[in-house]
Amino acid sequence: MQVVIVDFGSGNLKSLYTSLGKAKEDLKNINIVVSNDSNDVKKSDKVILPGVGTYSDCKKGLESVKGLRDALEETVRRKSRPFLGICVGMQLMSTVGLENGKTNGLNWIPGQVVPIEPGLMKHETLAKPKIPHMGWNQICPNKSHFLFDGITNERYFYFVHSFHFLCDFEDNVLATVDYHQSLVAIVEKENMLGTQFHPEKSQLLGLKFLSNFLKWKP
Amino acid sequence: MLTIRIIPCLDVKNGRVVKGINFIDLRDAGDPLEQAKFYDKSGADELCFLDITASSERREILFDVVSKTAENCFMPLTVGGGVRSIEDIRKLLLSGADKVSINTAAVDNPLFVKQAAEKFGSQCIVVAVDPKKVSANRYEIFTHGGRKSTGIEAIQWAEQMESYGAGEILLTSMDRDGTNDGYDINLTRLVSDAVSVPVVASGGVGGPEHMLEGIMDGHASAVLAASIFHFGKYTISEVKQYLKNAGVPIRL
Repeated sequence: MQVVIVDFGSGNLKSLYTSLGKAKEDLKNINIVVSNDSNDVKKSDKVILPGVGTYSDCKKGLESVKGLRDALEETVRRKSRPFLGICVGMQLMSTVGLENGKTNGLNWIPGQVVPIEPGLMKHETLAKPKIPHMGWNQICPNKSHFLFDGITNERYFYFVHSFHFLCDFEDNVLATVDYHQSLVAIVEKENMLGTQFHPEKSQLLGLKFLSNFLKWKP
Repeated sequence: MLTIRIIPCLDVKNGRVVKGINFIDLRDAGDPLEQAKFYDKSGADELCFLDITASSERREILFDVVSKTAENCFMPLTVGGGVRSIEDIRKLLLSGADKVSINTAAVDNPLFVKQAAEKFGSQCIVVAVDPKKVSANRYEIFTHGGRKSTGIEAIQWAEQMESYGAGEILLTSMDRDGTNDGYDINLTRLVSDAVSVPVVASGGVGGPEHMLEGIMDGHASAVLAASIFHFGKYTISEVKQYLKNAGVPIRL
């Protein structure tokens, strides 16, 4: 099985690559490639879209690679191959993002990516509300899913983001995270998943999560 | 609930850890990778490398160290010390650092922080702020390990750095650093309350009670310590258990 990490120039993919290498240790015949070549995407059995920086930059980066958008649409939407978006990669699955102006997303999961509003936050006793939401926080699953296999009580994952995905349909929210307000932590729809947190930075649980994705057969 | 981060910091010189853990049975206590793996296993929330290499040629070794660490540790890694150019940042990020901490270069040219944040995103730009108390409620920024005064007022400086795109402030009290007397709580609170980005308290930790103060009274989002971990006075889990028992949100 080939898994492609889509590289559209958004930062360093090394930690994701090495984490997947670690996550697949007890699985057979998995080949991880990092590529921006649309043919590699089309040939792959699973697709991972990472992303750091701003929504608009990431979308621009993705559009700037010839054929990449079409290859994603074909592989993920028409051929229904398992997909995982991470951080801004997850946010790009939305209809529209409001970071640095209005940018149209991939429109795979209806919703908007909007700023975390400090004004909406309740007063905290420990510290004043901080943006970005940075650090380890516990996710709260809305329903059961294969991805949560072996991930039971202490569901801490590493987050760093200032914008969040506001889904139009509650059904697409697989897990939330509490940061003064309830934010979407994982989106899902059919063969597609997206995490706001960074599994590749989330130590053993993150590796377990990635391993589950590699095993997942939607 | 978002947990408070506990961050061990390693001083790295010429690719070797200067003050490393010396109580555990490591094959090579000077090897940053061995130390990083140990902290990864112990449940540290992030790791920080401070490069104190003086000569620029030998700094190249750092990239290799960062690279090996990133391949073996699956937690966020911040690297600081001697970061002077966009190229330095690019090389560190490509080596596998998640965040890069800028110190003197920000004082020399504040716009450097803005350029860096625009280029790589605020999430990976940390500004190290090193103030020293000059009068009752006035703190000024010092560089060169607290030896060189700049006359810049610390709180305004932190606010300026936030407005230039710093995603986090690493705040080290030059008066407390190395003393084991605890963080400068007044300073920590002034800065934490002034900016909306997370503030990492640093400088002076002698025990977990100081970390508790830094969090509860100083309003820090994360606490950094070096010597108490290195010299085996406390383990990460002892510190975390102490804070958890005191009611701080902690990932055990």
